[in-house]
Amino acid sequence: MLMIKTVLHFDSVSFRYPKQEKGPLIYDSMKFTVREGEFVSILGPSGAGKSTLFRLITGLEQPTGGKILLNGEYFSNRLGHVGYMPQQDLLMPWRTIWENAALPLQIKGSKQADMRISVEELLKEFGLGGHEDRYPAELSGGMRQRVSFLRTILTGSQVLLLDEPFSALDAITRLSMQEWLLKQWEKRKKTILFITHDVNEALFLSERIFVLTDPPVSRMEDIPVPLDRPRTLKALDIPEIMVLKDRLIDQLRTKATT
Amino acid sequence: MKKWREHTYSFILLVVVLVLWEAIAFNIKMTFILPSPTDILMKLWELKKVLLLEHLPATLCIILIGLGISIILGVGLAISMNSSKIIEKAFYPLIIFSQMIPTIALAPIFILWFGYSIWSKVLVTVLITFFPITINTYDGLRAGSNDLKELLLTMGAKKKDVFLLVNVPSAMPHFFSGLKVAVTLSVIGAAIGEWLGAQAGLGYFSRRMMTQFDGAGVFAPIIVLSAMGIMLFLLVKWVENKTLMWRKSE
Repeated sequence: MLMIKTVLHFDSVSFRYPKQEKGPLIYDSMKFTVREGEFVSILGPSGAGKSTLFRLITGLEQPTGGKILLNGEYFSNRLGHVGYMPQQDLLMPWRTIWENAALPLQIKGSKQADMRISVEELLKEFGLGGHEDRYPAELSGGMRQRVSFLRTILTGSQVLLLDEPFSALDAITRLSMQEWLLKQWEKRKKTILFITHDVNEALFLSERIFVLTDPPVSRMEDIPVPLDRPRTLKALDIPEIMVLKDRLIDQLRTKATT
Repeated sequence: MKKWREHTYSFILLVVVLVLWEAIAFNIKMTFILPSPTDILMKLWELKKVLLLEHLPATLCIILIGLGISIILGVGLAISMNSSKIIEKAFYPLIIFSQMIPTIALAPIFILWFGYSIWSKVLVTVLITFFPITINTYDGLRAGSNDLKELLLTMGAKKKDVFLLVNVPSAMPHFFSGLKVAVTLSVIGAAIGEWLGAQAGLGYFSRRMMTQFDGAGVFAPIIVLSAMGIMLFLLVKWVENKTLMWRKSE
């Protein structure tokens, strides 16, 4: 029997920011599960607590109630167990490209020479060969995001959290980055959680879409995307997807106005 | 070439001022009160051995020891204030207050404590140079991006890693700004210290010439002092450019 492993499980998780003790709950006994190798998008208007979800998963915040399980295990300190890619590339301007990418390896205590070899290999694969010794300011936005993604991969985590990684890029770069990301995901067999407020992006990339409603959230709507892989952008124009797209946009719009 | 052209106007102005000075000095004809630029240059040439071999090393020694102590003290204080709220609350206001004390007025007491030894002069230098280093480094340590620190935490970084990988590199440009100000001030500090009592040094020599009504002799060591200040500044700038190569790419 084929068992698909659960890599992330929220077991009745409640959360409010610790500084606002009597403040409103952002999540109220929320439950969801992400399986190994899935690509899940989290869609919601700004201010719906999308980034807070990632802060909980990475361990930067602790739940007020309930448990977060990684690979079926409970860790009280989750820091260092999941890979997180922030919205801005957050590359260190004083480090060269390869030194930036190697950051997680350095933190885990790898030797300089070993890091250089493995990072150089991956940079080439990411189309960044020859840029190893340049500084982030010399690279384009798309290239910087690829370095940032490589840095996330090098954390060695099975679960990667990407927080609107392409929102600062221009439309054309964004499209090619989305296709590139899908290739990387298929190749590396990682589990990806992807925050976005762009319906098209969510539909194009993911197997399932979680829709965040206004807080307190007790259940995210779980919408499977009925598309095969490999996908092309044209696939988004079939009637079934168009209907789904309209529904999602309507949902986001009502949330934005109320 | 372009770099030189930028300075054309200030160069012209400098020449005009020097020519005017020369003309006025020539008409007054009181060299002991207002020596002309050529008088000063001639004096400089005449005294070159004494100034460069005897008095310059004495002053440079005060400056380097003073700066060295200031760097250790300033960086140490900045790191302590950054790591502990209590230390910050205790020291920060006092450090600011220490700058309200007119150091020159306080300097005679150092002579009482340390006599005419080098330490009275070093102390004056430290007192006016540790401030820019401390404050700039402290601000720099706090300038590290919070998002970046949190990203490192998600990678499993310890507090020490975050400090070394984010705080220290972010503080470097600030530290160098502080050091550049400190180097300029150190020349003043050493000269003031020497006025109050010394057996050698450019500040001491300048003051001795004043008691002898030797106007050109007062100015000559000051030229050497200024040249030394400029060299030290350029040296710091050079080290800064070498250390912060990445800034060129921005």
